[in-house]
Amino acid sequence: MLNFLQMIVNGMAAGSTYALMGLAMVIIYKTTEVPNFTQGEMALLSSYLTYMFLDQYGVPYHVVFPAALVFAFVLGCVLEFVVLRRAKEPNILGMIVITIGLEMILMGFVSWKFGADQKTMPFPITPYDSVVIGKVFISTLELLTMGMVLLLMTGLFVFLRYSKLGIAMKATQQNDVAARLMGIRTDRIRMATWGISSTVGCTAGLLISSIVMQPYMMWDPLLKGFAAAVMGGMTSLPGAVFGAYMLGIIENLFGGYISIEFKSVVAFAIIVLVLCVKPSGLFARHYVKKV
Amino acid sequence: MTFFEIRHLSISFGGLRALNDICFEVQKGEIFAIIGPNGAGKTTLFNCINGIYRPEEGEILFKDQQLERKRPDKVARLGIARTFQNIELFRHMNTMENIMLGRHNHLKTGLFHGAFMWGKRSFAGKEETKHRRRVEEIIDFLDLHAVRNQIVAALPYGVQKVVELARALATEPELLLLDEPCAGMNSEEKQDMIFWIKDIQDLLGITILLIEHDMNMVMDISDRILVINFGRTVTQGSPDMVQKHPEVIRAYLGEDMEVGSHP
Repeated sequence: MLNFLQMIVNGMAAGSTYALMGLAMVIIYKTTEVPNFTQGEMALLSSYLTYMFLDQYGVPYHVVFPAALVFAFVLGCVLEFVVLRRAKEPNILGMIVITIGLEMILMGFVSWKFGADQKTMPFPITPYDSVVIGKVFISTLELLTMGMVLLLMTGLFVFLRYSKLGIAMKATQQNDVAARLMGIRTDRIRMATWGISSTVGCTAGLLISSIVMQPYMMWDPLLKGFAAAVMGGMTSLPGAVFGAYMLGIIENLFGGYISIEFKSVVAFAIIVLVLCVKPSGLFARHYVKKV
Repeated sequence: MTFFEIRHLSISFGGLRALNDICFEVQKGEIFAIIGPNGAGKTTLFNCINGIYRPEEGEILFKDQQLERKRPDKVARLGIARTFQNIELFRHMNTMENIMLGRHNHLKTGLFHGAFMWGKRSFAGKEETKHRRRVEEIIDFLDLHAVRNQIVAALPYGVQKVVELARALATEPELLLLDEPCAGMNSEEKQDMIFWIKDIQDLLGITILLIEHDMNMVMDISDRILVINFGRTVTQGSPDMVQKHPEVIRAYLGEDMEVGSHP
């Protein structure tokens, strides 16, 4: 029983990073309907630059981490402005291919600049400290990650639902032309979306790189975050977080009781099953089209 | 200063000359109708005014400002609102939210003020109350009480058209472009719409540019009419003048149709 609880907690911890990536993807998908595969590498670049400033220039944490988040925001805006906005008569398929191309460019850049060997990011909390709740162990880093997820999820949820900018984002997604005629600058909105999403992704990147840091580190969280977001309906923030925790827990339980090699496979099999039963995802509001 | 004027406007798509040397003027406070057969370029003209299309030649002047190079959101901010032939609402929001979005330009609450909205006395609270009151007035005016909290995608077609009109009014325009406001409506809804358009002109003092196929309605409410066909001006003038123009009768009304008579 204790083992079971421990595995669930570990699963939630793993799910937290998926959740952050899932949230980041949902934000962009909500306004542009493009699944952004550059997400992971945007976070990768921000994390490696953070590493550079910490390790080589010895800039203190309380300067570097906020600066990294600001950099991530700017990076997101710049990529949107320089690359995606230039797409002539964009369709969704084309945009997806562009994001994949960007992903490769950024990944190549990071590998070339910093090398493909494994590094460790200096971090104020080591992954080896842990707290004991009842008899279940959880590392302080995992606790921090979970806290971040909850904070960001509620923050984003409130922001998107009640702020003027959030509502403008919703309007942009639902009807671009009409939104422009209401005086909303939809290109600015999309740019801001990329910025916010990149910032959320960067949080995930920083937390992951404190454990392991190499150029492929974001790929697995990205794919699982994406899968979690799809399971949650792709437009729902709580849905993405719920999906991510489900994924993490199922994966860990399967890994613990049955086979550790196939743990990722099972997680994806579950998603296939969920989507067979509820194709629009667990949390998507289903709009029936009137005929 | 003319209120609104179009000078020598032309635009083509590929080889098709969609608008060719269109000129007209609209006086403040009038209802100006644009008629013509399907594909004559009426909606293209609206899209040029809104900044959705960039015209190749010509000028669009609104209160001495040039519109032809401006972005749609800029044009909207200058006080030009619009409804669409094929309804363009925010489909998954309710009526109230749709109309509130019309207030977007007038809302001053930023992120900071929004985050500190403690009760009705705060800055954001006062703003919210003010704008909601304005929206209530519009809901009252267009009789949308019954559907205020319903998702617009589920509303009947005629009601969606009214919601779109409400949203356009919420932007507090000086010039309102109506693209076939009565298309697809039953006769009762049509009557209501005609009353509202007249009220918008009389009570709110908003100038209206109207595209409509229903000849009885156009002849009834417009002050002046512009007839276009194949992107060119056929004629313009008062309803009486336009009705008597031989080319209008041939091109648009049909050889032997008598205008004004009910079938």
